[in-house]
Amino acid sequence: MTSARLLDLRGAIFAVVLIAAAILVPIAALAVPPASPFHVPAYVIALTGKYLCYALLAVALDLVWGYCGILSLGHGAFFALGGYAMGMYLMRQIGARGVYANPNLPDFMVFLNWHDLPVAWWGFNSFGYALLMVLAVPGVLAFAFGWFAFRSRVTGVYLSIITQAMTYALLLAFFRNDMGFGGNNGLTDFKDILGWNVQAEPTRAALFSLSAIALLIGYLIARAVTMSKFGKVLVAIRDAESRTRFLGYRVENYKLLVFTLSAMMAGVAGALYVPQVGIINPSEFAPANSIEAVIWVAVGGRGTLVGAAIGAVLVNFGKTYFTGALPEYWLFALGALFVLVTLFLPKGIVGTLGQLFARERRAAVGARGNRVPAVAE
Amino acid sequence: MTASFGRGRAAVAATRDLICGIALAILLCLAWGTPARADAIDDTLARFASDKFPETEKAIGELAASGATTAAAILDALGENRLLFNPSTRAVYYKDAAGTLFDAKTGEKAGVEAGGLKKVRLNNAVRGALEAAKGDMSILSPDPARRLAAAESVFKSRDQSAFAKVEAALAKETDTRIKLAFEQARAALLATKVDASEAQRLEAIATLRARGDQDAMGLLEAASATAQGAVKAAADSAIASLNLTLAVWKNLQNVWYGLSLGSVLLLAAIGLAITFGVMGVINMAHGEMVMLGAYTTFIVQEWIRAYQPGLFDYSLAIAIPLAFAIAGIAGIAIERLVIRFLYGRPLETLLATWGISLILQQAVRTGFGPNNRDVGAPSWMAGSFELGGLSITYGRMWIIVFTIGVFLALQLVLRATPFGLRMRAVTQNRRMASSMGINTNRIDALAFGLGSGIAGIAGVALSQIDNVSPNLGQSYIIDSFLVVVFGGVGNLWGTLVAALSLGVANKFLEPFVGAVLGKILLLVFIILFIQKRPRGLFALKGRAVEA
Repeated sequence: MTSARLLDLRGAIFAVVLIAAAILVPIAALAVPPASPFHVPAYVIALTGKYLCYALLAVALDLVWGYCGILSLGHGAFFALGGYAMGMYLMRQIGARGVYANPNLPDFMVFLNWHDLPVAWWGFNSFGYALLMVLAVPGVLAFAFGWFAFRSRVTGVYLSIITQAMTYALLLAFFRNDMGFGGNNGLTDFKDILGWNVQAEPTRAALFSLSAIALLIGYLIARAVTMSKFGKVLVAIRDAESRTRFLGYRVENYKLLVFTLSAMMAGVAGALYVPQVGIINPSEFAPANSIEAVIWVAVGGRGTLVGAAIGAVLVNFGKTYFTGALPEYWLFALGALFVLVTLFLPKGIVGTLGQLFARERRAAVGARGNRVPAVAE
Repeated sequence: MTASFGRGRAAVAATRDLICGIALAILLCLAWGTPARADAIDDTLARFASDKFPETEKAIGELAASGATTAAAILDALGENRLLFNPSTRAVYYKDAAGTLFDAKTGEKAGVEAGGLKKVRLNNAVRGALEAAKGDMSILSPDPARRLAAAESVFKSRDQSAFAKVEAALAKETDTRIKLAFEQARAALLATKVDASEAQRLEAIATLRARGDQDAMGLLEAASATAQGAVKAAADSAIASLNLTLAVWKNLQNVWYGLSLGSVLLLAAIGLAITFGVMGVINMAHGEMVMLGAYTTFIVQEWIRAYQPGLFDYSLAIAIPLAFAIAGIAGIAIERLVIRFLYGRPLETLLATWGISLILQQAVRTGFGPNNRDVGAPSWMAGSFELGGLSITYGRMWIIVFTIGVFLALQLVLRATPFGLRMRAVTQNRRMASSMGINTNRIDALAFGLGSGIAGIAGVALSQIDNVSPNLGQSYIIDSFLVVVFGGVGNLWGTLVAALSLGVANKFLEPFVGAVLGKILLLVFIILFIQKRPRGLFALKGRAVEA
């Protein structure tokens, strides 16, 4: 069982579902007439597209938490930074169509009486540059942060708290108008992405498909990392960090690499998220958001990747349902979810199911081994 | 003298000066020219009833000089259109703010209906005379508090027309404190008076220098701008010396503000120093314990307002034990129901307690509504006092005192009680403590209850300076964790030093970079600091560290 393939049964089902969604949903939305029961309305596309972005964030978080034991309470910051990079591209695409019709400056800068584009904004009218920044900004921040944190062996809860402090500091910083990222209001009123109207249904359908594909690619990368020898060392670090270090592995380098990779994945998720919801503002940096992302992973089952994605979709579906139907009770439900999952379902949905299947199979075949990495600490 | 007013208001000021001047002239004539007679009040009141503006103006002057017991009440009533007269009998009455009618001569309740009475009318000239008369009356008032206020008011307004009065008052004054205030008022007038002699100016500058506050500074600058020669030199040297004193006071004030902020941080973090620092439980619901304490205060005050209004000043004293009990019981319940299953799994504890915090927040939001609740301050926490150049509000001062009290009490519990001894034993070596017969489960629950209860007490104090809303706790949770981590886990003194130094650093950064950026810089500083010393300022050493 240890010589697992890149796509095991669970992964294969996941991949097929995502590919099918990426192809069929746009067809159902655009080609099927609205009267048909197979028609997918626009709001469903927008909503599910958002869930897929969250799912990618959850996979990124699972990679560091589930496999390396780094509980980051600041992944929302990487997500938001990726989102801001995309948002800046979208702002530059507005051009002279803003309220103040200034061809060089976004509206909020005109409003603040600025005359020149800040250096941070240079190059963002190029899509390629924006994409680079989507990866680079979260990546560099994660690298710098991890460089200091992992070298000085800040671990466990301490790391969680300083990641939280990091996203909190960014939240405060982005609220400031002087930062030049739209302050309180953030970036919004987007018009075009690569020449297509972001509001138009075909664009939305395309963004949905892209999100599904990005999630699949993210999953495959994470899966490849965890399957590799590198991934085995990560699990070793998670389960016994000091022992791994004494065995001669440079623990900090492993952590740094996986943390940076995860941050870049989170950045991509944020970049796909922004054109679909049409706004990015500093509240995305709120520490509560990052912690909420952790519960998606916990619900789905950490150390399972697929589970993280499923958890993200399930919890957010629940959130949409509750905030619509019973807005009073959403926080009760979310809070109870945190408590109950940690107490009674420590392996999450997918982890628990996987364990049950493995036990049955073992009973049937008498085979040994358990593919699901044990959840420790 | 119009120079002391804004250029745009010069014309208005000139008119006012004229009026004041006339009023003053009249007053002086009356005060020194004709001795006040006992029955003069009748003539004066009759002037009010004549319904002519010049007569009213005269009446005001006479009244102010008469020293009649009802004079202040009559003038107040006139300014607010509450002075009435009977056109046929020429008797004058005034209403108080509640609308009760009084006889102007005797000050007793009048037995007439207000129906047939006419109001004494006002115009701008009358208003000017009225203001001047009121000011003069307070300068010469028999009430020391009013005299002091009047002297301060002259000092601030630099109203040259009051000069003669101030000199007169100064000559008569016996109370040394008020005498000083009048001397300073006189100096303030002399410093900018056009026809003051050089000797007078130098004396004024010396007086102002001795006063040594921001107002004196402004006057000295004005004096320096208009003067030449020796006077200018004296003013400049006074300014230089004052600048230094003021800078020292400003820094001391910053330290005070910083200590005040630090004590708030300490209050919020000190309970966490027990649950997180000593027990190692990541309690993300800590902030909600603070919130529970604040809402307990709110409920206590509501109850007192409804049933025992006289006890309001004791509301905080009543709320403290209740808040401790409520938050403590909530803490014990959380520990028994959730946390005890998660010992040794800190990250899971973090998530579960975060869930609890969400539930508590929403429960309070559902129960009390999402809006801020009004928690009042008892009278002994209102107001402020001056200490040298420091302005200290009672509220902040009591919070600092309270924080010190809580800190010392906690130290006492940990160091000097059997419970504290057992608790320290359990945290240092759980298995050994257990072998010695300590019921570790019970100690865990009680310690968690203690930490939570202290958070509840903190809520009582924080309800005085922050909005009592369901989000109250969330705004403190990150700060609290950083304080505990910065100070060093498991070390109450570390928490104390961390909270106070962060508070003071924050207040010194604020003037340079603004409040938000200052906070960001401190966060970044703490993040970097933890890299350097992952276990905080005062790290525990030994076997317990890795546990």
